[in-house]
Amino acid sequence: MSQQWISTIVYLAWLAGAACFVLGLHRMNSPATARDGNRLSAAGMAIAVVSTLAFLITREGGLGGIALAIIVIGFAIGGGAGLYTARSVKMTAMPQLVSLFNAVGGGAAALVAIDDFIRLNSGAPVDITIFVVLGALIGSVTFSGSLIAGGKLQGLIAGKPIYVPGGQAVTAGLAIIALAGIAALILAAAGVFSLGSTTVIAILGLVVAAGLVFGITMVLPIGGADMPVVISLLNSFTGTAAAMAGFVLGNPVLIISGALVGASGGILTKLMADAMNRSVVNIMVGGFGGGEGVTGAVSGGGSVREIGADDVAIQLAYASSVIIVPGYGLAVAQAQHAVRELAELLESKGVDVKYAIHPVAGRMPGHMNVLLAEANVPYPQLKEMDEINPEFDRCDVALVIGANDVTNPAARRPGSPVSGMPILDVDHAKSIVVIKRSMGRGYAGIDNELYSNPKTGMLFADAKEGLAALTAAVKAL
Amino acid sequence: MSDELLTSLAIFTLAILVGFEVISKVPATLHTPLMSGANSIHGIVLVGAMIIAAEADNPVSYLLAFVAMVFGAMNVVGGYVVTDRMLQMFRKKPTAAKAGTEGATSAPGA
Repeated sequence: MSQQWISTIVYLAWLAGAACFVLGLHRMNSPATARDGNRLSAAGMAIAVVSTLAFLITREGGLGGIALAIIVIGFAIGGGAGLYTARSVKMTAMPQLVSLFNAVGGGAAALVAIDDFIRLNSGAPVDITIFVVLGALIGSVTFSGSLIAGGKLQGLIAGKPIYVPGGQAVTAGLAIIALAGIAALILAAAGVFSLGSTTVIAILGLVVAAGLVFGITMVLPIGGADMPVVISLLNSFTGTAAAMAGFVLGNPVLIISGALVGASGGILTKLMADAMNRSVVNIMVGGFGGGEGVTGAVSGGGSVREIGADDVAIQLAYASSVIIVPGYGLAVAQAQHAVRELAELLESKGVDVKYAIHPVAGRMPGHMNVLLAEANVPYPQLKEMDEINPEFDRCDVALVIGANDVTNPAARRPGSPVSGMPILDVDHAKSIVVIKRSMGRGYAGIDNELYSNPKTGMLFADAKEGLAALTAAVKAL
Repeated sequence: MSDELLTSLAIFTLAILVGFEVISKVPATLHTPLMSGANSIHGIVLVGAMIIAAEADNPVSYLLAFVAMVFGAMNVVGGYVVTDRMLQMFRKKPTAAKAGTEGATSAPGA
């Protein structure tokens, strides 16, 4: 077979791979076909990687021994590490793992761009230079930013906003350095002035360094509650960086896949921000995320009523309808199995149990569904906010487990930091039980009026221990 | 700009529009798996890492290509496996029936 033929077949295989990505993502629209969709996408990836390898081996000059070793050993190490961590990670730690995978993806895109630039060695035309520097910059920002985001979720770095001295001035300074570097490189490539090859590479190094520090200073001041939006945004960045690398290499599959992910991450980020009634810019600038500077404008005037596990057990067991509202506290305490156990026990007593899932409950959009699904909670019991809200009026007991801001009735009135955020209408239930470790505030840093509602009983306990106590008490009835 | 680059720009633009359409129809429940799935797809940069590895001819390039290979492979393999693990949990199981066999005659989860 001639080289021409092989190139054509490889190109077609790349297109087939890209088509698999599009179709795979499309099938991920519905829970029923999502798993097939992901596998289709994985198959597309396998096609793209194998055909690239075949192309590199069969082309003129072939694949050198060192190059082959780099590809095989690099794949074995990276793939092995990915396989091990993905298999062994606890589902509660999954968001930070996704963030880590996103970081290395961004890093790889930056390295591909940097390597290509070094090879061209100041001989790059203007258009290629633009894509190289953009790829290197965006990749660097995602790499360090995703690592910080993952570190915050893992608890390696404090989840609360960390304010860099000089804050926004530093961030703005870094952006100016990066943009000035990019402008210099592009003008040099256009022949406006000439730079030595060492100078050019030093400037690229400066741009990359500015990008890395920018990623850190961008994510540090953002509170843990906003991490989902940040990870989603960085995911979109990585896609864009991959597309830039595709322009540099003239590779269609990189361009298509990168653009797909860039668009998907963008949409997802906006949906997330919309669910919190905030703009993406507002989140990135910081604020709400950590409660700093937010005064308790609506302080809980009334007193709270504490309630014991035995009393709650009686309420639950003799209710006809119970809605469970899981939140961040449930995820932290890893109480998803405990809640499923309690729910099954109640169902065996004829109680109708449903779960109300707020779009931003947990740490990532849909995170709560994944956690509960892991604990074998039947999928049809999980209800989204719009679907469940009318049902609170008919429900006997609303059991709130470690959820706070998403249940705060203050959101219905203007003048509160959470104003306008869609909430679960927990206060419409006939009776409310809140399992919470303390009277601590949520991420918005304000008191929750729900707790001082006369219908509300507070069960102060860790989510897992509290649920275990409830299960034991219901069994003892 | 070269014809090749202009063609690439056209592909890029269309792919972005396809991405918007494909994504905007996904229910909130699937957002995390979707984010993870999209995250695996940008692991396609692995192909870029392979290409620069094949063209590397000096120690600096060897190192850059090697690290890019490790990163890209981790993104691809880990991303797909963890997404598959998440989605595995969404399949409908007969657990509702199991809960119901413990004595109650009501229809749990209906």
